[in-house]
Amino acid sequence: MSYLEHSVKSVPTGLRKVLFLNWPLVLLLTAVAGAGFLMLYSVAGGNYAPWAAPQMKRFALGLCLMISVGMVPIWIWRNLAGLAYGISVMLLIGVELFGSVGMGAQRWIEIGSFRLQPSEMTKITLVMFLAAYYDWLPAKKISRPMWVLLPVLIIIIPTVLVLKQPDLGTAILLLAAGGGLMFLAGVHWAYFATVVAAGVGLVAAVFQSRGTDWQMIKDYQFRRIDTFLDPASDPLNTGYHIAQSKIALGSGGWTGRGYMQGTQSRLNFLPEKHTDFIFTTLAEEFGFVGGMSLLVLYALIVVFCVASAVMNKDRFASLLTLGIALNFFLFFAVNMSMVMGLAPVVGVPLPLVSYGGSAMLVLLLAFGLVQSAHVHRPR
Amino acid sequence: MRRSRAETDASHTKLSRRAALLGGVQLLFMGGLAARMRHLQVDQADQFRLLAEENRINIRLIPPVRGEIFDRNGVQLAKNVPSYRIVMVREDAGDFRAVMQRVADLINLSPEQTARALEELEDNSAPFLPVTIAEDVSWDAVSAVSVNAPALPGVSPEVGSTRVYPRGSDFAHVVGRVGRVSPKDLEALENPDAVLRIPRFQIGKINVEAREEDLLRGTAGNRQVEVNATGRVMRELERREGQSGADLQLTIDAKLQNYVQARLRGESAAVVILDCEKGDVVANSSAPSYDPNLFIGGILSRDYDPLLNDKYRPLVNKTVQGAYPPGSCFKMMTAMAAIEAGIIGPDDTVYCPGHLEVGGRRFHCWKRSGHGWVDLETSLKSSCDVYYYDLALKVGIEKISAMANRFGLGIKHDLALSSVNSGLTPTKEWKLRQRGADWVIGDTVNASIGQGFMLATPMQLAVMTARLATGREVTPRLIKSVNGVEQPVKGNGPLEMRDANLRKMRKSMYAVVNDRRGTAYRSRIIADGMRMAGKTGTSQVRSAVVDNKSVPWEQRDHALFVSFAPYDNPRFACAVLVEHGGGGSTAAAPIARDVMLQALYGGEPPLDAYPEGDRGRIKAQQRALRDVQPDARIKKGKDQA
Repeated sequence: MSYLEHSVKSVPTGLRKVLFLNWPLVLLLTAVAGAGFLMLYSVAGGNYAPWAAPQMKRFALGLCLMISVGMVPIWIWRNLAGLAYGISVMLLIGVELFGSVGMGAQRWIEIGSFRLQPSEMTKITLVMFLAAYYDWLPAKKISRPMWVLLPVLIIIIPTVLVLKQPDLGTAILLLAAGGGLMFLAGVHWAYFATVVAAGVGLVAAVFQSRGTDWQMIKDYQFRRIDTFLDPASDPLNTGYHIAQSKIALGSGGWTGRGYMQGTQSRLNFLPEKHTDFIFTTLAEEFGFVGGMSLLVLYALIVVFCVASAVMNKDRFASLLTLGIALNFFLFFAVNMSMVMGLAPVVGVPLPLVSYGGSAMLVLLLAFGLVQSAHVHRPR
Repeated sequence: MRRSRAETDASHTKLSRRAALLGGVQLLFMGGLAARMRHLQVDQADQFRLLAEENRINIRLIPPVRGEIFDRNGVQLAKNVPSYRIVMVREDAGDFRAVMQRVADLINLSPEQTARALEELEDNSAPFLPVTIAEDVSWDAVSAVSVNAPALPGVSPEVGSTRVYPRGSDFAHVVGRVGRVSPKDLEALENPDAVLRIPRFQIGKINVEAREEDLLRGTAGNRQVEVNATGRVMRELERREGQSGADLQLTIDAKLQNYVQARLRGESAAVVILDCEKGDVVANSSAPSYDPNLFIGGILSRDYDPLLNDKYRPLVNKTVQGAYPPGSCFKMMTAMAAIEAGIIGPDDTVYCPGHLEVGGRRFHCWKRSGHGWVDLETSLKSSCDVYYYDLALKVGIEKISAMANRFGLGIKHDLALSSVNSGLTPTKEWKLRQRGADWVIGDTVNASIGQGFMLATPMQLAVMTARLATGREVTPRLIKSVNGVEQPVKGNGPLEMRDANLRKMRKSMYAVVNDRRGTAYRSRIIADGMRMAGKTGTSQVRSAVVDNKSVPWEQRDHALFVSFAPYDNPRFACAVLVEHGGGGSTAAAPIARDVMLQALYGGEPPLDAYPEGDRGRIKAQQRALRDVQPDARIKKGKDQA
């Protein structure tokens, strides 16, 4: 509603909206995706098949999708937020009931020939719904316990469902993004202190549960955490990923071994060299310079989003933009920390670079919302 | 809900403040990442470079052990035997051409083999993967390579396993064969298993080996090895064994299959024997056959061309791939369609003058002089055609085809065999769609005696017979158990047809074989409790009626015979097809009797199961078959030990 308080007249209409898109952001996204194509081409041994070519097609599709989404007025998206969130939760329950199991986890749902990963979608719809919630909630109520409990529930429901799949990585991202949004909306500091304390308690509980029959996470997840805490304890099983990843990264040096010259990423049989561990290949072949360049591109994307959000007087729009930027940040931050040995190995891909259609389309869709917020900002 | 300007601005200020704060934290974190990257890539680069170059950990896949295949009694049909090969990692060999030449001299490779190995070594697509340079080498060659290892960088002997089919040609059309993974195989898969990229890995190419590939293959293990700068394996750090493939037990009885295959020698023929109780396929023989062992390492054209050019088509599995006009064997379906619909009673008679005029065309009975007044039993026994023409005109093609479908004709049975044909039970709609022409009455007349568009595979005919014999929806199955776990029997419910009608059909089929005037009387079984019932069929390949002996082989009629036994308690159903064999009663029925007796007695039957006049000839035949039957020879050596 706050939107209506501002002048509608100067918001561009029709095809003219294209001119008002956040074009620098589009260029940055394309640049990052371009780096992804290069790396997918390289890890396939200099072939477009099997990864680079489909990835390019999906990016082109995603770009169109983004622009289409960006042309739709932001208030329509706000009105759809509750519905989108509801559908995501239903789909997550659907996966729980009918989903197919891939790599030890139940993540996919098949509709015809189309494979959908509802946990991907949820990352966006959760942010959308929370943004809409805080847009609707009067400022003075924001920190009242009742009105804090509600968004907490909104975050917890999908998180628990995702955790059951089990997909620890996404669950953590959902929690972090949801919490971040609550922080941005202005919830009182004290709540966050409480949550942190509770989080510590939960971690303790998880570790206590190990080996008992109410064990809360799977054995392999425990092993990954162990390995992270003490990589030397198990250098050949799960520690192998981190060790190999660090060797590949480290051997890149300042300028890398040259495009398609990386031996480690080719040699080491990392099972996910084209998805979660693709950054190691980039860092090995282009060195510190290459890795930093990608990091700077990512940083610029976040900065552009934050700038667009701060300039935007519409509360839903700025919250949504910030939430999506935060999500994006969490994606690459967790992935990079993981490959550099700063975080345990959880299955989080490098956004726009790792091979994967579902993640890329959802991400571009989210940036479509950012574009919509930007185009339809009150002037 | 309208908010005051002040409230909106206040909350926006707060939002901006927190956004800046969170953005700052994010930038800080990114700074941390950058610092970490610098630490790893710049400060520690030398150390990691060293690790990467000098002491790297390698994972090598261990191919899983392929599941073995057994017959219903545990006789081994496909097994794995160890084989030695020499492999080379090109990147580790340095001057790989020189090294290759040294290997060739050492173990006496032919120039051809050397050239082929060099060709594979020059292929760049899979760096650091071992390339097989000599296969199936002797133990001596393995030790020679091991002793000379210092002079042969990158070269090492490996032990692998290869598939062997101890039963040779008997099971080519059931078990099938494996072969090397071809680029085409890889393309066909969306997400090929990494083991498929192991050079010379074998996967199932046809029949059970191919259709049950997922069960048989298993999953790869891996071994982690430490390698030094030249790529030589310094030590094995850990070895994780893969999961071997599942062992399969087929429903086939190897002994029976072996007999049938021997009995079909010299013919282009197919035999299917089903166990009536569970639908187990106890024999599935297509003759001639070929030795699948020839194909495993890649077949030579010297061996392949004769197989390809043989007019008896040994590469085709005629039991399920070959669809033939079922001829008079189809008459039971026409009759069932009519009596189930209540259009005629089994005792109603039709007059056969030797032909029937339909739509201005004259359709002949095989007996030009006619059969006179015939009822169901006499018409089947003497295979009168006019009776069925008459029924078909009354019932119509749709009901006939629908009845045939209920008996398993025109339906693709789910068997673990390649290229299973669904046969054809034509309908008006089918003809319009496929041929673009209207169904004419003459088509119905032809279909009523299993000619014209009607097509069935020997497997389908055996299923039809088993269903007639039991009144149950017998469904064929080929896999008896997987890793010792019995597989479920597929659909075995009642057919839901009137019992009296089924009994009448069985009685008529009994008359075909056991009545003095039946077309298969000469192939009857006289042992008590083993009596056979059946139906002959002779399906025309060309339209003009000419004596079979005066035309070339390709134009002679197909001979068919379907049967079940014992008559009063059916245990086996059988279908025999002899391509271009002439008449069903002379070419197919005698084979059916021999294989049926072999199945019923679980081995060579006593001579007194045969009518007295046949015994001399059968005795000579049994003696001759014992010599060509590998099973009989094995029996002397092994079973007594």
